Amino acid sequence: MTKQIHLAAHFPGVNNTTVWSDPAAGSHVEFDSFRRFAQIAERGKFDFLFLAEGLRLREQKGQIYDLDVVGRPDTFTVLAALAGVTQRLGLTGTINSTFNEPYEVARQFASLDHLSEGRAAWNVVTSWDQFTGENFRRGGYLAQGDRYERARTFLRTTTELFDSWNGVEILADQEQGRFLDTDRPGTFRHQDRFFDIEGQFNVPRSPQGRPVIFQAGDSEEGREFAASGADAIFSRYATRKEGKAFYDDVKGRLPKYGRERDDLLILPAASFVLGDTDAEAEELAHQVRRAQVSPQTAINFIEQLWNTDLSGFDVDGPLPSFDPVVEGEAIAKGRASVRQLAKDPIALANEWRDKAEVEKLSARDLVIEVTGRQTFVGSASTIAETINQFVQEDVSDGFILVPHITPDGLGPFVDTVVPLLQERGVFRTDYEGTTLRDHLGLKYPGDPQA
Amino acid sequence: MTGNTPLHLGVALDGAGWHPAAWRQADARPKELFSPRYWADLVTEAEAGLLDLVTIEDALNLQSDEFAEQDARADRVRGRLDAVLIAARVAPLTRHIGLVPTVIATHTEPFHISKAIATLDYAATGRAGVRVQVAARNDTAKHFGRREFPPIDLARINEPEVQQLVADHFDEAADYVQVLRRLWDSWEDDAEIRDVATGRFVDRDKLHYIDFDGRWFSVKGPSITPRPPQGQPLVAALGHADIPYRLIGRAADLGFVTPHDAEQAADLVARIDEQRHTAGRQDEKIHVWADLVVVLDDTEQAARDRLAALDELAGTEYTSDAKIFTGTPAQLADLLVQWQAQGLSGYRLRPATLPHDLQRITRGLVPELQRRGLFRTEYPQSGTLRGLLELDRPANRYVRA
Repeated sequence: MTKQIHLAAHFPGVNNTTVWSDPAAGSHVEFDSFRRFAQIAERGKFDFLFLAEGLRLREQKGQIYDLDVVGRPDTFTVLAALAGVTQRLGLTGTINSTFNEPYEVARQFASLDHLSEGRAAWNVVTSWDQFTGENFRRGGYLAQGDRYERARTFLRTTTELFDSWNGVEILADQEQGRFLDTDRPGTFRHQDRFFDIEGQFNVPRSPQGRPVIFQAGDSEEGREFAASGADAIFSRYATRKEGKAFYDDVKGRLPKYGRERDDLLILPAASFVLGDTDAEAEELAHQVRRAQVSPQTAINFIEQLWNTDLSGFDVDGPLPSFDPVVEGEAIAKGRASVRQLAKDPIALANEWRDKAEVEKLSARDLVIEVTGRQTFVGSASTIAETINQFVQEDVSDGFILVPHITPDGLGPFVDTVVPLLQERGVFRTDYEGTTLRDHLGLKYPGDPQA
Repeated sequence: MTGNTPLHLGVALDGAGWHPAAWRQADARPKELFSPRYWADLVTEAEAGLLDLVTIEDALNLQSDEFAEQDARADRVRGRLDAVLIAARVAPLTRHIGLVPTVIATHTEPFHISKAIATLDYAATGRAGVRVQVAARNDTAKHFGRREFPPIDLARINEPEVQQLVADHFDEAADYVQVLRRLWDSWEDDAEIRDVATGRFVDRDKLHYIDFDGRWFSVKGPSITPRPPQGQPLVAALGHADIPYRLIGRAADLGFVTPHDAEQAADLVARIDEQRHTAGRQDEKIHVWADLVVVLDDTEQAARDRLAALDELAGTEYTSDAKIFTGTPAQLADLLVQWQAQGLSGYRLRPATLPHDLQRITRGLVPELQRRGLFRTEYPQSGTLRGLLELDRPANRYVRA
């Protein structure tokens, strides 16, 4: 059977994906950028828009990191405003389960779902670091081992809150004077070692019952967490081999939770560079990568692995000959890449040195190679063909596209690739339902009190 | 003197209106209270009436007829949406009117709310405000499970230990506003430089740690959201006693008070003015507006009859912290002018029922005030909420002179 492709638009976050030096690059904060971005995605009949989150400005060597886009709006607020200027596009927000409380997050998502008439989704992430905690009441540190346990229990608690109304309480019977069919709506009680809460939830059940739940974690625990209850995974594996392996692994975990294959969608993040011809696109892609990795960005990237100050380092020469510093605090804070780099810095440094020697790459070229390769590079027909192949071969169920130009970078994709996918009959020509669950083909949660 | 000074008008939106039987009026839309269209229609109506702002009520508990605890009534509107998100939802649909959602300082994170209101200010291009409220009920605290509050006993409200508890709540709110304001200033206006030559997107010398360390929380900063269009979105608070007036004097741009006659209005204006001086804000303006519940009809008798009918439906006589005005829009205009002379700069009107009393404000009261030269006849071309209230865009506290 031919699978239908799901497409989403990731508003670029605060990393070096965005080529902010490009003359076409606009604001990452003004609402008009978000409006334009969302309306382009909706013109392309995309499933949803996706927003990442970071709750403290990133730092390197004790100073605010200044080379990438810095600054972004509040996720809930911008999604609610976008609900007013779009009609069908799903609205997915990344919201941290560590620096929030279940009652408040549940009412924000339930409110967003009401205000968008059923288009809300929550990408559940956890963080644990004291660095971010310094901005919040709870502050501090969550032990690594507690991260998923707390995230799981946070999600379970919010689910209980979403389910505390069954959706039929409101009678609004003006004649009889009965607004509700119950005098204790939204009653809940939850006790475990993380949360001890009880009372009445104050938002009636929203159009989707609960928001669509995304999960982004990649560890063994993260995969299990997703398989047990998430509706979709925001994955990082967009290449054929890695994507397929991840897809098979996670989908294979579903049966033990009594779930079917289509109950969980795998949607990797993907970038693209379009050209009139494949050759032109390749050339353009190289230019974009060089723009994304300026000499200073390359130094900072190498510093993150070597965990040492490399000011004045010549990036047009070879990588440092000495080994990375393994001990001590990370010099880069508040960013995801640090954790990946930190697993075995010396082995990774050796790998990079070997690659640079074989391929005759300068330090900067090496960084461009290991960080930058776009997922899809080519003409519109090449990209449409590749995306369709990937989805039909179960590399993924679709892609979450992040353009390198904000806010209009998605326009060419929508205008040239989407029509080709529609011609092939693998992507919708119009929205068939009204909610995000409809777009994604997900079941609605049943009556919680039935 | 003040007789010819234009006055300011806001409307307080809450559910189907402020009367507990409002949802049973023929023109009410009780099934739509949780739909975006309902809120868009109300705010659009308020904007058609050239009002300064709407406030949107909120709470982290269900509505209750009891002051100190949750009731169990099925004959009243129960349930509400997050006010900041309602404001954000209507922001792109409006162009001039100020949007002032309520936030609960007691249980929320100032870091989150600061960026939320900054973002609302971006989405509304300079029309955001925030009304800060405290939540002392222990059943509300149990929704969060992090704090325990003693039961509230109104009969003991004047005892020292109860007064201390109340003061703690409002002191925490003052700290909260302090953090909101510092975070809004934590980016200088020209921090984003996009300097291609040096590869720097921001000038990090123009980003500031706020290093707030208080009794209830500490916040490092800077915000993740750049300084909003107004610099400092409007901060408002409602008060009924000296402790909340102190919060208004220390932290707010706009205070809501509940006088029941002209003499009380004069007294409340003076008391907030005193708090403003005590707080060292001699050079700053604080608007003081009176809250009024309004039941408006073409004749005074019709308004009285409608209120009586509503009370009958509710099964109790409606009482409020604010004065309940029943009459015609022209009679209300007379009262507003009379009280304005005591030093009030405007009013926050609480429509008893929606949309009826809102429409009597926008289509009856406003034209009446315009005829008297007391209300704007159009919005300024491009304006901010601070601009509507004649407040300057403040200098950033972190900019070195």
